[in-house]
Amino acid sequence: MIWVDTVIQGVLLGGLYTLFATGLSLVFGIMRLVNLAHGDFIIFGAYVILVLVTWMGLDPFLAVLIAMPFMFALGYVLQIVMLNKVIGDEILPPLLVTFGLSIVVQNVLLEGFTADTQRIHAQELQIASVDLGVATVGVLPLLTFGSAILVIVILQQIFYRTSLGRAFRATSDDPVTASLMGIKTDNIFAIATGIAMVVVTISALYLGMRASFDPAIGPARLIYAFEAVIIGGLGSFWGTLVGGVIIGVAQVLGAAVNPEWQILSGHVAFIIVLLVRPRGLFPKAGL
Amino acid sequence: MIIKPKTKSLITRRKLLKGAAATAVVAGASGLYTPAIAAGRKIRIGYVSPQTGPLAGFAEADAYITERAVAKMNEIGLDVELFIKDSQSNPNRAATVAQELIIDDEIDLMLVASTPENTNPVSTVCENEGVPIISTAAPWQPWFIGQQGNPGDPASWKPFDYAYHFFWGLENIIEVFSNMWGQLDTNKSVGGLFPNDADGNAWGDPVNGLKPGLAANGFSLTDPGRFQNLTDDFTAQINAFKAANNEIVTGVIIPPDIATFWNQCKQQGFSPKAVTVAKAILFPQSIEALGDQGYNLSSEIWWSPMHPFTSSLTGESAKDLAGGFSEATSRPWTQPIGFTHGLFEVAADVLKRAGDPTNPEDVADTIGATRLDTVVGRVAWDGAGMPPFAAKNVCKTSLVGGQWRLKGDGKYELVIIDNKSAPMIPTGGTMEALNYA
Repeated sequence: MIWVDTVIQGVLLGGLYTLFATGLSLVFGIMRLVNLAHGDFIIFGAYVILVLVTWMGLDPFLAVLIAMPFMFALGYVLQIVMLNKVIGDEILPPLLVTFGLSIVVQNVLLEGFTADTQRIHAQELQIASVDLGVATVGVLPLLTFGSAILVIVILQQIFYRTSLGRAFRATSDDPVTASLMGIKTDNIFAIATGIAMVVVTISALYLGMRASFDPAIGPARLIYAFEAVIIGGLGSFWGTLVGGVIIGVAQVLGAAVNPEWQILSGHVAFIIVLLVRPRGLFPKAGL
Repeated sequence: MIIKPKTKSLITRRKLLKGAAATAVVAGASGLYTPAIAAGRKIRIGYVSPQTGPLAGFAEADAYITERAVAKMNEIGLDVELFIKDSQSNPNRAATVAQELIIDDEIDLMLVASTPENTNPVSTVCENEGVPIISTAAPWQPWFIGQQGNPGDPASWKPFDYAYHFFWGLENIIEVFSNMWGQLDTNKSVGGLFPNDADGNAWGDPVNGLKPGLAANGFSLTDPGRFQNLTDDFTAQINAFKAANNEIVTGVIIPPDIATFWNQCKQQGFSPKAVTVAKAILFPQSIEALGDQGYNLSSEIWWSPMHPFTSSLTGESAKDLAGGFSEATSRPWTQPIGFTHGLFEVAADVLKRAGDPTNPEDVADTIGATRLDTVVGRVAWDGAGMPPFAAKNVCKTSLVGGQWRLKGDGKYELVIIDNKSAPMIPTGGTMEALNYA
């Protein structure tokens, strides 16, 4: 019984990791940009939601709707004025810029909000649980997992059913040819970062309700997100979900044997997948 | 008085280079034949504090405390200069800035506080470089044993020549926690949360940690094992505690982790009668982050405005000190305030008594001879209550237990509910079991 419970909790944890990873996957899939500031953007998003919740007294779920367009705009502008300038054949400049951004975001948050631990309060929802018979699970982790699936379904629709998605895919395959066909790659990149920031905002909501946060904890979440992206295969959203769930289940199962193995077993699962399928479980053709 | 601007982040390379160049110029100008310690100059004090990063809460009051303390020290005729460096909550960085303070700024005395992550690297550097150091705000076991070459072999432990520490130890925690839980009707079965860091490893150690002491007091401890800080899931621990029928939870965890753990306990239907954790709910901000879920969580108290002590430096009572900070910064009082102030009290006392404040051996001996009543109580390296191996370098301060209660205005206050080991500190109530109505 305890093993069933453990696996279910692991799958739900995987939902959170999937949300962390999806934004990263999107940005990397389209413009080969490894965003080292991704974790810090999640924390930044959490503070945006926190401000809306505490100062304006909004419900967290309403606050996230307001935060989304703001974060989209921020991502768009960031890409146009900064990241587009460093994207090119060389892989190092964008890496360094996002590394710098990570430090800047942390310290801006520290100046603005001090080092206090904060929490997005969702009253009853925070501690509500449902009895599934085999396990008692929290409503919040269930919502997190549901949102992760919803985010992926929506992204899939955008990617494969709209002209914007076609432009995304074309740019991802070959930016030079895509721009010959009249696609403004700068603009496409900026929209992609904007959408990634919307996903970041959703992850921020669930992270902020699950755990308390302070300006410095962003980078700790980055590594799981990376692993989920790589396990799933670059460019595959459903793969990212599978990757997130694998990491989540591996961690929780490892911890059930001994908490010392919690983080390690996630990494081991990651290495095993890489050994067996070096390009991830569901690699996009041509990548 | 010169207080160096705190280094804010890693990216001030230019500033760093400039600073290095300036230091080089000064060193060059001073000439080759000048002795390293010039007579008649200001006494230089170094202070390493985690102003940024996860431990920043410990250093919150540093600017307020240090400015006033240095002004007061100069007022009473000690000609001192303070050099503050930010460790960025990173032990490696702490060691690096300690080196800089010793080599570039040629300090005569080092002060350090705020958890073993900060005190240990700085103390080790000072001990190796022969610079006297006074350390506080870290339980003495992680501080003393953690700096030994082989922490696992007590026979190899050596006392330090230059490093001195005042704070309480795990035996005080065991006593205070046992007394608190003794006020409740429980099955005396305790679950422990010990992460994989300096504190967690010391507290969770099966021989030198909490386990034997709690067992002696009739409490059994379930320890599922070390986990990584900032973990997103505590299912394994919760299941282990449920299986062992633990009615009490204890541990030494960081603030974000208590929120995750406590949330998951409620979600997964685990309802202990007492949750008494160190470190995580030290600060009012951390408990407020829990919302009304923080009610009656309990913790150790090292210092509070209710403590009946007075500063030897400024003459303020504990209450005045905390009140002054709150007034100046409109922030609530926190426990490190008392100890940071106490640290500077001891420093002032030592420099007053030292024959030659720039002679490291002289200063170190003077620290060891300290017998001072401070705002955190008596600080005296006389070996009282200490095992022989650490008697020279460690002196203990008092510890009591407290519970967080909501006041009418939705703010939390820390109520002292156990003072058996330090009866001079008044209690404000008794221990209450957690309520799941």
